[in-house]
Amino acid sequence: MAIITVENLVKKFDNLTAVNNISFEVEEGTIFGFLGPNGAGKTTTINILCTLLSPTSGRTFIAGHDCMKEPAEVRKSIGIVFQDTTLDKDLTAYENLIFHAYLYNVPKNERQERVYDVLRFVDLFDRKNDLVKKFSGGMKRRLEVARGLIHRPSVLFLDEPTLGLDPQSRANLWEFIKELPEKHHVTIFMTTHYMEEAEVCDRIAIIDNGKIIAMGSPAELKMTVGGDIVYIRTTDNVKTQEEIKRLFGFDVSEKGEELYMTCLMGDTCIPEMIRTIGEGVLSVRLQRPTLNDVFLKLTGKAIREEEASEGDNVKEHVRAYRRRQ
Amino acid sequence: MEFNAIYVIVAREFKKFIRERSRLISTIARPLLWLFIVGTGMSRLVSPDTGVPYIQFIFPGILGMTILFSSIFSSISIIWDKEFGFMKEILVAPVSRFSIVIGKALSGTVVSTIQAVIILALFPFIGFKLGILQIIWVILISAALSFCLSAFGIVLATFYESYESFSVIMNFIIMPMFFLSGAMYPIKLLPDILNLISKINPLTYGIDAMKHVLFQFKTGTMSPDFLFIIDIAVIIGTSVLFVIVAGKLFERKK
Repeated sequence: MAIITVENLVKKFDNLTAVNNISFEVEEGTIFGFLGPNGAGKTTTINILCTLLSPTSGRTFIAGHDCMKEPAEVRKSIGIVFQDTTLDKDLTAYENLIFHAYLYNVPKNERQERVYDVLRFVDLFDRKNDLVKKFSGGMKRRLEVARGLIHRPSVLFLDEPTLGLDPQSRANLWEFIKELPEKHHVTIFMTTHYMEEAEVCDRIAIIDNGKIIAMGSPAELKMTVGGDIVYIRTTDNVKTQEEIKRLFGFDVSEKGEELYMTCLMGDTCIPEMIRTIGEGVLSVRLQRPTLNDVFLKLTGKAIREEEASEGDNVKEHVRAYRRRQ
Repeated sequence: MEFNAIYVIVAREFKKFIRERSRLISTIARPLLWLFIVGTGMSRLVSPDTGVPYIQFIFPGILGMTILFSSIFSSISIIWDKEFGFMKEILVAPVSRFSIVIGKALSGTVVSTIQAVIILALFPFIGFKLGILQIIWVILISAALSFCLSAFGIVLATFYESYESFSVIMNFIIMPMFFLSGAMYPIKLLPDILNLISKINPLTYGIDAMKHVLFQFKTGTMSPDFLFIIDIAVIIGTSVLFVIVAGKLFERKK
C-alpha cells in the first residue's frame, strides 16, 4: 500500500521552478531515498509534504490525507528530521523530547515512558539531563531522530540526516536508521546527496533540476549503467586496445596509463582477457557501478561537482523570495 | 484550544528565563537605573508643587518600561527560534497557529509580570504607601499589559527573519514607544502630533491605568489622561487585535 502519493507536483519561486511536475509513490514500511545534488528540489518537496510550503500545483497525500486540505492530520502522521538542527540547545535532551510529547498530545501517563524508550533506542539515555549544546553533531542528529519517533508517526522524513557528520557518526546513524521500519513500524523518506548512503534504500528516485530522472531499487538503477568497469594496464596499451576491440567487441578508452571498458559480467570477463593478452598484463582491476555512476550517466556530471555553486544559488534565491513575501 | 501545547510553550520559556540569570539581571537593572538615577536627577528640575514627587510620578512609567522591554524581548525570541531552527519543530506539529501565538504571548506575560512584581516591590523606597488592593490591581494591569505587548511583539517578530533586525526594532519601535507613553512626562504636555502618536500607543493606556491605581489625585498636570475604564478597554481590545493579526501572519505559507 502506498503511504505517500505525489501527483504532478510543481513548485515555483518567482521565475525559478524548484520542483517541476514530479509524481511518485512510496510503499508502507520501506526506506525511500530521494537523491540529487543540492538545489535539485529535495528539500522543497519535503517542505511541501510536511505542510510547511504550499505547492504551485499538483497534489500530495500522506497516509490518505491531503497535505493541503488536512494539514493537521498529515502533521500527526509524520515525524521530521530537518537538514539543520531544530533542537533547543539551551534545554536538556529530556526537556527537548518532553516538549515534543506535549506538543503532539501524547497521553499523560505515557509521556515519560515514550521519551525514555526513544532515548534508549538512540543510546542517549545516560545523557538525558545534559544540555543539548554540549552534544556532538552525531548525538544531536540521533536525538532528533529519537524526537521524531515519540508520537509514533507513520512516516519519518530525514532531510540530509548525515550532513556535516564525521564518517564514524554517519555509519553509526545509519545503523539506527536501518532498524527503523521494523522496530518502529515507520516508513522512511530520506534525502541525501551522498550516493553511497542511498544503498540502504529499498527504492530510490533520482532528482535533478526539479525533475525525477530515474526511479528504482539501487540494484535496478545500477544495471542501467551497463555493467562493471574493467581497468587494465599492459606493457603495450595501443596493441592491447586493438586486440580487445577485435576479439571482444568492447569499446575501449584510455585514461592515464590505464585502458577501461564497460562489460556486463566483469568478473568472468577478466580471466578471458588475461588469457588472450598473455604476458603483457601489468595490472587489472574491476569497478562495480555505484549510484554515483548512475547519476553521472543520467546527467553527464558527477553529483558533487556543482555542490557549492548551483545549489547555493537556489537556496539564496528561495531566501530572497521569502524575504520579499 | 490545545492546552498541552500552550502549556509546554510557556513552560519552555519559563525554564529558560530562570536559567538565564544574566537576562533577568539586565532587565531588572535597566528600570532601576531609570528610576533612581534619571528619576533623582529629573526631580531637581521638576517643580515640587505638581501634586506628586517626580520619582513617584515616573513609577508607573518604570513599571510600564519593565513590561515593555521584557515582553518585546520575549516575543522577539521567535526570531532567534527561526534563526536556530527551533521554530520549525513547532510549526510542523499538529498545533493550530493560534495556540502557538497564545502560548508565546502567555510566555511573555509570565516573565514580564514576574519582573514587574520585582520592581513593584520597591514602592516603599520611593515613599509610596500602598494597600493590598492597590497592589493586586497593579499586578492585574501588569499582566494584561504584558499580554498585550507580547502579542504586539509577536506581530513584529513575524516580519523579521534574522536577529540583525533587532537594533532596528530597538531604536525605531521600543524606544519611541517608551518615550511616547506618558512614562517620563504627562502626554497632555506634548505638542499635538506627539500627543496623537502617544494615543495610538497601547503602553500609554497601561501606564495610565497604573496611575489611576497608584495616585490619589484625579486632576492637575500629573494626573491620568484617560478614564480607567477606557484604559482597560484599550488594553484588552488591542490584545485581541494583536493575537488575531499574529495568528493570521503565522498562518501564511510561502
